[in-house]
Amino acid sequence: MIRLLVIELHKIWYNRISKTLIFGYFLLIFSVAIFSTLKVEIGPIEFYFAEQGIFDFPYIWHFNTFIISLLKIFFAVVIVAMIGNEYSYRTLKQNLIDGLSKKEFILSKTYTILAFVVSSTLLVFLISLILGILYSDYTELSIIFSDLEYLIAFAVKLFGFFSFCLFLSILIKKSAFSLGFLGFWQVFEGICYGLMKWKLSDSIPQLSAEQIFQFFPLNAMSNLIKEPFTRLSAFQNIAQEFGDGFNKDYSVSLLSIIIVLFWSFLFIWGAYVILKKNDL
Amino acid sequence: MGEILLKIENISKYYGSIKAVDKLSITIKKGNIYGLLGPNGSGKSTTLGMILNVVNPSEGSFEWFEGKLNNHQALKKIGAIIERPNFYPYMTAIQNLKLICQIKKCSYDSITEKLELVRLWDRRNSSFSSYSLGMKQRLAIAAALVNNPEILILDEPTNGLDPEGIEQIRKLIKLTASKGTTIILASHLLDEIEKTCNKVIVLKNGKKFYEGPTDQITQTHGYFEIGATDLKKLKLFLESIPQIQQLKWNDPFYHVSLNEALSEDKLSQLLVNETIFITHFVKKQPSLEQEYLTLIQ
Repeated sequence: MIRLLVIELHKIWYNRISKTLIFGYFLLIFSVAIFSTLKVEIGPIEFYFAEQGIFDFPYIWHFNTFIISLLKIFFAVVIVAMIGNEYSYRTLKQNLIDGLSKKEFILSKTYTILAFVVSSTLLVFLISLILGILYSDYTELSIIFSDLEYLIAFAVKLFGFFSFCLFLSILIKKSAFSLGFLGFWQVFEGICYGLMKWKLSDSIPQLSAEQIFQFFPLNAMSNLIKEPFTRLSAFQNIAQEFGDGFNKDYSVSLLSIIIVLFWSFLFIWGAYVILKKNDL
Repeated sequence: MGEILLKIENISKYYGSIKAVDKLSITIKKGNIYGLLGPNGSGKSTTLGMILNVVNPSEGSFEWFEGKLNNHQALKKIGAIIERPNFYPYMTAIQNLKLICQIKKCSYDSITEKLELVRLWDRRNSSFSSYSLGMKQRLAIAAALVNNPEILILDEPTNGLDPEGIEQIRKLIKLTASKGTTIILASHLLDEIEKTCNKVIVLKNGKKFYEGPTDQITQTHGYFEIGATDLKKLKLFLESIPQIQQLKWNDPFYHVSLNEALSEDKLSQLLVNETIFITHFVKKQPSLEQEYLTLIQ
């Protein structure tokens, strides 16, 4: 396992673009954290994130995992570009000739994804913990360490997304097309949802569009961590002023985790099957 | 009888209805240098692709080292260059070789030695993308040798190189062969095969067409080139000699191939008896190239 991880990291480390993207990703996490502690003054309006309660435990776990998971596209580009390169440089072929099996090839990519997911999750945990301790109004241990399932959801979300990228890059081979397909798939899921919303309830009334839509891979990933903004007290206050109380379930559902893990497994296994079948 | 390194049994590869390789069986024994010949599209590269695990055979099987190792374990003990050098362009020579050592599970110890052998040590820290084609091909040889392989597989190693580059690669192959490494060399350069290989396998339309020692393929009774002032008389006379297999007008003389031994002095004696005055008289042994061309026709 270490050997396969070393092989992949060796490939990434000496590639300037990949290295820059990964550094950029980690740097952005830090800068997001630092910026949000600053007081922003736009003319007469003074805005201080910390006072909006975003650093309060346990809300911070929800907020930070959501915001930082938006940056996952950085590493997604690395995965897609690195696999695209393996095809265009024909180094995949050379790797196999040199004695790497097709299974090992997929595993070395998967281990790298895992390593990246674990380090991202650790980083999010540490940053949130530090920001929380500095700015949170509640610092009881029981409150600090509640709602940690957002970190699990974060890790699963990243892993699922990167597995999808791995699958697409093995399927499509050209990195630009793989990323394009990813965008296309997002739109495709949206259209499917729209169609189901429009037609499904007419034909099968006992099924709602959401019930089916939650099984779509990208939607399942986004379901893992729901948007945290409407949960902020500032927003809740506004909503209450307008009369209709705002009730939404923000928790991490076990079903979403299972769905995404199932997709991840399917994507990695699928990538292996495609690679095994192909002549290079 | 040397130890068997590779045994291919009835292997086939179909691309749709096209049979690229058709029930091919080959046995590779230790200590030999095999020349793999065949016209373009005869299935050489596909065959090598299959034994190197990048092309899935449609039928048949092969085993390395008498089945003691599975395929990708075996490939770690093999050095192979296929068609053109494939490396990570953004890595230097050293970084590329270290990666290969990681894959092959061999130590970094021989990297220096192999880079010196192919005379790339001075450029070890330049990125692969800055290399000329000749340097890339030499790095490929260094990479193939970095694990001190038991068997070296080369597919058109001198493709696209200038004469100097070809000479350098040829020297490297000979040097490797002299150390007792088994080599399979697929090439179009027949004089190269003739000089370096002791066994020849000829493929045609995905089938094995000929297999045997290199010298046997050229070991025929030879042929004469004869010209004379009176060509009609010469032709009539030559047609009457039983040892002559074929008579071909090859301006300005006859190309006379033999099916039985016929010495120069014997034939000239006969010509004198017939009072035929010759203008050109040579006996030759065919080159591998000529024999190969007759074979595949």
